[in-house]
Amino acid sequence: MIRFDNVNKWYGQYHALVSVSETITKAEVVVVCGPSGSGKSTLIRTINRLEPIDSGHIFLEGEDVHRRGLDINAFRSHIGFVFQQFNLFPHLSALENCTIAPVRLKRGTKQEARDRALALLDRVGLAHKANALPSELSGGQQQRVAIARALAMQPPVMLFDEPTSALDPEMVGEVLQVMKSLARDGMTMVVVTHEMGFAREVADRVLFMDHGEILERSTPEAFFNRPEHPRAQQFLSDIRVSSTSI
Amino acid sequence: MTFTEVIRSYWLYFLVGRFPQGPLGGLALTLVLASLGLLLALPFGLLLGLTRVSPWRWLRWPVTTLVFVVRGTPLLMVIFWAYFFLPSVTGVQTSQFSTMLMALVLFDSCYLAEIVRAGIKGLPRGQTESARSLGLPWFATMRLVVLPQALRHMLPSLVNQFISTIKETSLGYIIGLGEVSFVATQINTQVFIYPTSIYLILGLTYFVLCFSLSRFAFWLERRLASQGGRNTTSALATL
Repeated sequence: MIRFDNVNKWYGQYHALVSVSETITKAEVVVVCGPSGSGKSTLIRTINRLEPIDSGHIFLEGEDVHRRGLDINAFRSHIGFVFQQFNLFPHLSALENCTIAPVRLKRGTKQEARDRALALLDRVGLAHKANALPSELSGGQQQRVAIARALAMQPPVMLFDEPTSALDPEMVGEVLQVMKSLARDGMTMVVVTHEMGFAREVADRVLFMDHGEILERSTPEAFFNRPEHPRAQQFLSDIRVSSTSI
Repeated sequence: MTFTEVIRSYWLYFLVGRFPQGPLGGLALTLVLASLGLLLALPFGLLLGLTRVSPWRWLRWPVTTLVFVVRGTPLLMVIFWAYFFLPSVTGVQTSQFSTMLMALVLFDSCYLAEIVRAGIKGLPRGQTESARSLGLPWFATMRLVVLPQALRHMLPSLVNQFISTIKETSLGYIIGLGEVSFVATQINTQVFIYPTSIYLILGLTYFVLCFSLSRFAFWLERRLASQGGRNTTSALATL
């Protein structure tokens, strides 16, 4: 479904992605983790071309993502993207946030877009907040609206870029709950996250990145119990220390 | 002739010029010129500002050049060019009013372009990114997501630009346009003995106009700030 073929990216002198090759299959849930600055956000942002790449190819369902002349808008509408900072449109209600793209891009009638948006808001547990502005919602609620907004375009793939990192601890659970239900329904998902509980519970595979390279690819079970790469071992012991010290 | 008599005989001339017998002039003309100038400059400024942040280099460069040239030139030059150079090229001598209006619109739209650009750049990048990642094209992103937010932040700057425009109209004097500075000079020439008082009144007139507008801009700024992420429409409805 998603295939990285020897992808390289530089920020000036800094080698942000180092010869990344990887294949993600349909209905797979892949968690990408690694220390900050390891290139995991960059990696996920290259999939819908929010970041350009310098060499190599990324294919999504056979389409070369970074090909010149690709209809980027049509292409992006087939990928749901959820940001760390939610990025809801503050001047629009929760419902309007979810209908703006389907209405503008003519995915069915206005009424259909509205019905689908309401169904999605219901699914993330926020049907009663349909007319609320983002500023009237908590962080966790905003992120759930952002997930509904991405789902409104009915994408076959969902990308999550640290979806719970900007949330207060008590709101992390409600967002993860929505993501878990998506995973159970067979959505193809790539999730950059530090939520190791989530990785254990729903990920099919874990990719560990550092310095722009994918250093380890394994099942959650193997990754957490028998990490092979020394830096993966270091990373896991670091986050365990920080979580027990809280 | 006492100064009270001067005021009694010239106040109407000061306010509206020779209107309704002759053309509109005085303070009224100043206000009409400033309002019309800013109003007409708005769509151009919006267009130029959008072009300045657009991803297309072949559009961005000529517009950037235009904006820099105009911003690096005194308005007086622009007026001279419009008044002396344009007719010699087009062969059509335009009236003082339309000449001044054209100069103001060109000048203001370049300043507005920078206000628009700053307003857009001032929004978090995530707004554009999330709209684009939903598949919205660039222009739809600007129209539906970016501009409704940016314009709100720009309102105080727009009022400030209107203040500048009011003061800029005084340069119409140089091409004999009968706006309020020109009229005041005429009155001074006729009365002759009260230059200080006459120009004091002219200065006060500009000051009262501009000061109250700048208080308005300040009020607007505080009101928008206190509303934070609240609805744009409700903020605009209070105006």
